[in-house]
Amino acid sequence: MTDSLESPLVVVRGMRVLRGGQPVLEVDSLDISRGETLAVIGPNGAGKSTLLLALARLIRVPKGQVLFDGQPLSSLDDLAFRRKIALVLQEPLLLDISVFDNVAAPLRFRGLPRLEVKRRVETWLERMGIAPLAPRRARRLSGGEAQRVSLARALALQPELLLLDEPFSALDAPTRARLLADLHSLLADNPATTIFVTHDQDEAMLLGRRVAVLLEGRLRQVGTPSQIFNTPADEAVAAFVGVETVLPGKVISTRDQLVTMSVAGLPVYAVGQAQRGQQVLVCLRPEDITLWRDGLLPSSSARNQLTGIVDRLAPSGPLVRVELLLTGGTEPVSLVALITRPSVEEMHLAPGVEVIATFKASAVHLIVR
Amino acid sequence: MTTLIQGFINAIRLLLAGDPEVWQITLLSLQVSGIATLISLVIGLPVGTWLALRIFRGRGFMLSLVNTGMALPPVVAGLVISILLWRSGPLGDLRLIYTPVAIIIAQTVIAAPVVTGLTTAALQQLDPRLRLQLLGLGASHGQVIWALWREARLPLLAALMAGFGSVISEVGASMMVGGNIRGQTRVLTTAIVLETSKGEFAAAIALSILLLLLAYLVNLGLTWIQQRGGRQ
Repeated sequence: MTDSLESPLVVVRGMRVLRGGQPVLEVDSLDISRGETLAVIGPNGAGKSTLLLALARLIRVPKGQVLFDGQPLSSLDDLAFRRKIALVLQEPLLLDISVFDNVAAPLRFRGLPRLEVKRRVETWLERMGIAPLAPRRARRLSGGEAQRVSLARALALQPELLLLDEPFSALDAPTRARLLADLHSLLADNPATTIFVTHDQDEAMLLGRRVAVLLEGRLRQVGTPSQIFNTPADEAVAAFVGVETVLPGKVISTRDQLVTMSVAGLPVYAVGQAQRGQQVLVCLRPEDITLWRDGLLPSSSARNQLTGIVDRLAPSGPLVRVELLLTGGTEPVSLVALITRPSVEEMHLAPGVEVIATFKASAVHLIVR
Repeated sequence: MTTLIQGFINAIRLLLAGDPEVWQITLLSLQVSGIATLISLVIGLPVGTWLALRIFRGRGFMLSLVNTGMALPPVVAGLVISILLWRSGPLGDLRLIYTPVAIIIAQTVIAAPVVTGLTTAALQQLDPRLRLQLLGLGASHGQVIWALWREARLPLLAALMAGFGSVISEVGASMMVGGNIRGQTRVLTTAIVLETSKGEFAAAIALSILLLLLAYLVNLGLTWIQQRGGRQ
């Protein structure tokens, strides 16, 4: 009994989905535990929606196996399976009837008694904060209101598996932030296993207990948000999750956990596991790099110190993205740092200015090639 | 001009007199075209839905056939049905030629492609993801179709109106397969042709007014249903 509760709800093995003979989705292995929220991230066209539709059994999976609750998906009765799940798409896709009737429709599909339908609709409209909208015509709602109705419609089903396909991407930023916060607290209380697809890393970090990265139709890495964002498995994942500096290097020596590398002849130190002579990729998040003008460098600073010339400055939201060209190397090496506007002004940063970039050895993530 | 005014005055007089033959013709027109429209709905709604939702080999060809059928000249439909129902024809033993049933068959051939084609168009206007969404919320295939019909109710009623409009105003096929037999297969349009050819303009105008009125009332009813549904 305990065994069945602890076994994963969804197991994917060797899944291949083809379009026009070309593979558009390849997932070798993915387990989704009961009650967990898995965020699937990847750029547009990476196959995220395809994965969701395949798990909902709305598109054919020609190769591989998907188990739901221990049973092969292909052996389950189509309708009975679809009544255990609920799908929310990017567009709310509401019917041209009242808000109440929209949320009630899938419950009525299942033939639930009238009073139970009413109870559930009222409960979930209340929880989504849209109870006063019940009699309104669904077509006359704002984008945020409509997406709340769409979420209420799915959650009212109390599904075993909740599939959310970029439900916030069509909303403006403030609406999105409010809805995201509400959904976060609702999912925390909800026993449903949830797969949440997004191209937004902040959404994935907030909602996902685990994060899966899909790039060009392939599942590249699955792990906790901090594993994904701090220790990406390969160069492509690193680039997608915002590790802007990825430099090829060679391990010169290792002592305890400290790895010393040469990047184009420049010394770089990292905390990690590697062997002498190995080729590695040195990954650095731009927010982990600090810049100093010569002479202002504090004595108790980070282990890595590299000198460079400012190549370009570009505003990035409230921060400034600074591209450096390191000096003293055997070939040109560039580094990207993200610093505050006051720092830029204080240091009089401009293209051509010489600065020192520092970062901790623990901020460096190594990918062994 | 005087002919027209005189004809109009006489027409009103004829209508007010309540000539039983005129009423019989009007009723028959309504029955024949009404039944043909209903049969077209029974055929056109499922076939149109199938063409809109299913992707299969030959679908484009079938859609082009339906679209051509929407422009089918009534006289061609009349000719084909005449050949089929002719006493010596393949279905001659049914003895249907020159009966109201023959007119219903011919009018169904005319209206069914109209209802089918417009049903397909109505459903194709819906967001294709709506179907996925409904399936993803646990709707059975029947429930999906019902929900899509409800969603497209306004254009579907327009399809029905267009189907009725195409047959109530049609004259060629009714004349050819019905024979315009007085008291049996004479409908408003064939009667108008006959009265006009005889120079009986007053009678022709009276029948025309009735025809327009009939078309107007039926469409008024359907429009009312359509708009009420739209405001819901």
